[in-house]
Amino acid sequence: MTDTIPAKNNCSQYRDSGRAGSGLENEEEFVDLLDEQRRSSDLGFALRTFNPNPFKGASPCSTADLNKAVLESQYLRYMVKEIAMETGSSVEEVREEACGILEEMSQNLQLGFIRLMAYVLSKVFKRLFTSIFVNTEGLNTLQQAIQESPVILMPNHRSYVDFLAISYILFSYDIPVPVIAAGTPLAGMKMIGEILRRSGAFYIRRAIGSDKLYWAMLSEYVKTIVRRGFAPVEFYVEGLRSRTLKSLIPKIGMMHMVLEPFFKGEVYDITLVPISISYDRVLEESLLAHELLGIPKPKESTTGLLKASKVLQEDYGSMHVNFGRPLSVRQLCQGKINRCQYNLIPRDLPQKPNAETQDCVNWLAHLMVRIQEEGSVVSPWSLMACLLLQTPITVLSQEGLLWHLLTEKTLWLRKLALDFGARLNWPGQVPDSDVMSSTVAIHRSVVHRKAGCVYLVREEEPARKRPISPEEGVIRTAAAVLMLASYRNQSIHIFLRPAMLATAIHITKTTQRDELFTFFCFLQDVFSNEFIFIPGKSSQDFEQACFLLKKCGAVHISQQEVLVSDVGLEVLSFLRALLQPFIESYQVMFRYLCEEEVHVLSEKQFLPAVRNVATKLILSGDLHTYEALSSDTQKNVLVALRRLEIVTKLRASEQNEYRVNKAAVRRIENILSGEIPPQMLQTTPDARL
Amino acid sequence: MDPLPPFTNTEAAWRPNSGSSSSSDRQRIAQQRLRIIAGHLQRSEDGDSSSTVLLAAECKAQESQKTAEEKTVPRKRHEIMKWNGWGYSDSRFLFNKKGQAEFTGKRYRLSGMIIPGLKDWFEGTFGASLQHKTPATPVLTSSSVPPPTLNEAFVEELKSTGIPFSLEAEDRVFRAHGHCLHEIFALREGKFGRVPDMVVWPNCHNDVVKIVELACKHNEGTSVSSALECPPEETRSIVSLDTSQMNRILWIDEKNLTAHVEAGIVGQDLERLLNESGYCTGHEPDSMEFSSLGGWVATRASGMKKNIYGNIEDLVVHIKMVTPQGVIEKSCQGPRMSTGPDIHHFIMGSEGTLGVVTEVTMKIRPMPEYQKYGSVVFPNFEQGVACLREVAKQRCAPASIRLMDNEQFKFGHALKPQVSSIFTSFLDGLKKFYITKFKGFDPNHLCVATLLFEGDREKVLQHEKQVYDIAAKFGGLAAGEDNGQRGYMLTFVIAYLRDLGMDYYVIGESFETSVPWDRVLDICRNVKARIVAECKDKGVQFSPLSTCRVTQTYDAGACVYFYFAFNYRGLSDPVHVYEQVEHAAREEILANGGSLSHHHGVGKLRKEWMRDTVSNVGMGMLKSVKDYVDPKNIFGNRNLL
Repeated sequence: MTDTIPAKNNCSQYRDSGRAGSGLENEEEFVDLLDEQRRSSDLGFALRTFNPNPFKGASPCSTADLNKAVLESQYLRYMVKEIAMETGSSVEEVREEACGILEEMSQNLQLGFIRLMAYVLSKVFKRLFTSIFVNTEGLNTLQQAIQESPVILMPNHRSYVDFLAISYILFSYDIPVPVIAAGTPLAGMKMIGEILRRSGAFYIRRAIGSDKLYWAMLSEYVKTIVRRGFAPVEFYVEGLRSRTLKSLIPKIGMMHMVLEPFFKGEVYDITLVPISISYDRVLEESLLAHELLGIPKPKESTTGLLKASKVLQEDYGSMHVNFGRPLSVRQLCQGKINRCQYNLIPRDLPQKPNAETQDCVNWLAHLMVRIQEEGSVVSPWSLMACLLLQTPITVLSQEGLLWHLLTEKTLWLRKLALDFGARLNWPGQVPDSDVMSSTVAIHRSVVHRKAGCVYLVREEEPARKRPISPEEGVIRTAAAVLMLASYRNQSIHIFLRPAMLATAIHITKTTQRDELFTFFCFLQDVFSNEFIFIPGKSSQDFEQACFLLKKCGAVHISQQEVLVSDVGLEVLSFLRALLQPFIESYQVMFRYLCEEEVHVLSEKQFLPAVRNVATKLILSGDLHTYEALSSDTQKNVLVALRRLEIVTKLRASEQNEYRVNKAAVRRIENILSGEIPPQMLQTTPDARL
Repeated sequence: MDPLPPFTNTEAAWRPNSGSSSSSDRQRIAQQRLRIIAGHLQRSEDGDSSSTVLLAAECKAQESQKTAEEKTVPRKRHEIMKWNGWGYSDSRFLFNKKGQAEFTGKRYRLSGMIIPGLKDWFEGTFGASLQHKTPATPVLTSSSVPPPTLNEAFVEELKSTGIPFSLEAEDRVFRAHGHCLHEIFALREGKFGRVPDMVVWPNCHNDVVKIVELACKHNEGTSVSSALECPPEETRSIVSLDTSQMNRILWIDEKNLTAHVEAGIVGQDLERLLNESGYCTGHEPDSMEFSSLGGWVATRASGMKKNIYGNIEDLVVHIKMVTPQGVIEKSCQGPRMSTGPDIHHFIMGSEGTLGVVTEVTMKIRPMPEYQKYGSVVFPNFEQGVACLREVAKQRCAPASIRLMDNEQFKFGHALKPQVSSIFTSFLDGLKKFYITKFKGFDPNHLCVATLLFEGDREKVLQHEKQVYDIAAKFGGLAAGEDNGQRGYMLTFVIAYLRDLGMDYYVIGESFETSVPWDRVLDICRNVKARIVAECKDKGVQFSPLSTCRVTQTYDAGACVYFYFAFNYRGLSDPVHVYEQVEHAAREEILANGGSLSHHHGVGKLRKEWMRDTVSNVGMGMLKSVKDYVDPKNIFGNRNLL
């Protein structure tokens, strides 16, 4: 088959959906779901007629039918036999085990429980949020898409509330509620686990590793649901809840599972619906910051949830759920997948996807995350967080930042963000000063305003006998800074590409486009696990960066050169400063890796050791960012270096031990600090399943 | 060579209005048998006509006998057949003054009948209207046909051989095309591309040898086959070899049950002549009225009753082909040989690129004693396919078993002729009530399998029961012989119907594939959906007819046929749109594990996928055979490779 569709098509497809427009004014209408709920009874809402139109080809499928179909599938029978052979156990034993896995996994969607959830959630959401904004346009197209082919809902994952909110919204709009891939810890919660199961959640273990039977069960389960099409499937392509509120590099295992029925021709098409959920304030904000500092998150439990009920007292502002334009997998994959590859092996048998397929799935997964980013709605608070983080910490914690200065800068940044095509949630009818004030009010856990100044809030320490050590002081400040950083991350995708170009201009001190492009690519390689870059789209990313900087008047662009304009300095220095914490944090870790005596290190040692080094540097005043303390950043460095094959995992090692190529790390460090010119680092795109 | 190969993309088979009277018992039985087979198709049988003899006539003798024979395919084909449409000139669908559909002529059972449901179906399905006509150019204007490019020396030498030939425009145009949509569409508009420069009618094998020798000597291109389309870039003089006059059965070997036949014979004549001796080949491609034995060989044809008799490759015992390198044939008639790759397989499916098949020895069978149609209604297509799969698994497929999808079921329904008696229509109503109301079948989902049993009476009845029992397991209800018969009729008239559609802005075509069992449902759904989506995408204003049926079962898979037609009002280049959609549909077929073709062949239409289909090495093998056998590309139709 020779489907040769030029690549730019795909690019424009996502551009259309991600759309680089201006603020919300021109966007399709967002309406407040809670507004209506507040005017009617929760009970009435829960008992409303719910009569959605499912996929036209699908017949309803009971849990028992579904589970039976999975267990009796040719694929599973084959896998059970194979596993029995390999492990030396009997087929019956393996089958038994398979049944057990299925029991643990399977959802049990029941309308009654959906109604129960609707009732409870109505109460809870009205407490938590002032509004839940949804785009009705998106819901209408979703409603249609659901009738035409199996639909995969792909929300970003920022809070436990995410999937509850989506089911809640779909229920209120008479759209079939999805079955949802959730993590097993939720299943372990008393009652709640079961209620969620009956509301459509199915549970997936966190670390499946090489458990062949589990993989087989999961993939057949997911594929059967997609093939049957009786309900949309919802899963988080990012795999986890993002602790940093920044998009995570997508996982492609699940993505491949949901796409395979299309690749194998078992369904005509599959529709992907990216969903961007944006919170003014995330329920878990302080938990997240602590986790990043190495303080483990409490285990999900029902009692924990009840204790957390104090969150109900707080104001979390509003929530935006933006249902993206439904995307046809068939169209997206045109020319990227040769479906004939499945012709020579029975489709029921496992077949390792070829490189082309893996690349395509990986690309698609990245594309979806990018669309989620572009669809997310940025709050004034996120813009403020960008600016607060660029203020020296001493000012924030002691002297205080002048309120009118912050206001002025924020309004300036709002304009820049709009120039860059952001979707802003900036209420139009209210004076800007009121918007600013109410924003700060919602986030009083992070900043407080006093006498015309803004201060960073450091959490209350329980009364102690001994004074706080300087190290503990750092951790306390870090918690607050990391919270701010998370909110900055909500908008970082808007500025990221121009910021990388600004950094390149600054470090390389060149105006030559090709040299800047080389450095730009170098940054993409270094930050490959930090930010989302669609594989193979470096030059488009670079072009976009040039275009945006030109658009806001910061640079002049010619055939060969990128010249900084007179008025561009403010924009460029803001953008550079935005990326600075990442660059500094990476440098700290690179130096640590170069200087460390041993050549082999384990992840277990690495994290605390780097944290120590960073703490010392902060105390000595040599490091200006607290973000180097984030375990997320630390892990990202390791992953990026592994991808560049500078750090290699020791095969024999049980404990995630790595060997470090110090010379190579030093070279990267030198490039990053502008001492030597960049060279291409890019290895083959990472597309492991 | 093979002027009407069966892979002209539309198919139709209709038994002829034939039959000969003779006093011998054998012929009487043959008559009877013909009546049985053809009974459902024919309106009446006029028992006149000829005795095409079963003797191996000498070429010269033939010339004198010609007057005594009634040829089904005369040299001047256009005298009885349409030059710009399907089939016989006297048979066609039209909407009469009252707006009712009728089928003209006397040849078929449907001939002269009113078909009341067709108009509504036609207008409803396509959004077409009888007000919007697109009539064809009525007559062929010879002046618009480009004059022949002639190689004088060749013409002179040909004259000296005494083999008849023609330079007339009608003859040349008639042999310039097959029945692909774009070809017929152009003809209806009175447009001709490159047409052959001359038509030659060899009378026997030796004539063919002479012509090929001459062609080689003068580096003449010979052309044939949809596949019939002449390569526009061909600058040499193109000679079209019409083998229709090579239509004799040279001998019948009753001890070994084989018959040696000239390759130009068309299916209906072959069957009729064999029937007179109490035999048949059982090879009944849907185009058997018009397709020839040589054509079957050249394209690897498949017959409706292959479950009993086999496809062409199973039927052929010996082939004689004239190539530029000489004559190729085997030295004996052993039923199977292990002598390296079977050279017959270089010939079968070569699509006229290597030479001219002149004579074939084929298996024959005694005519079956009993034949019975049947049909089964299934609640949905899925159940129907499951049933066919089970039938194939138990290897108890009747002579023919075909499964139509719901759209085709409705189409078949629309083709019901006007019923004369109130009783019949009452019965129909009752049946419909039983199936839809009592059995709860959804009329928008149910589908029908049509069956044809053949053999001893007793065995047929036993077999029938076995098949119906299996069907019952899949929710199938026996739906009577009549429905079965009408199902087969649909196949035959669909090609005529296309011409009707083309009078009213509707164009369409069928194409086929073969596919493993487990993919049948998926391929049917996906290809149909792809057609609909592509039409929408290409700006077709009305929703198309996109339908399929499973027409053959094998141990490991099935043959699936797709029909696709749409109303092209509002499109500036409908044929191009059609071609884009068909192209997309073929891509979809291949992506779903279907083959490039089950029996239509490759021609030029599907050439682009050959390399992917047979691999580079496979392509090289085929090329090297072509290079050896025909280094000067005398058989220059450029099919296949």
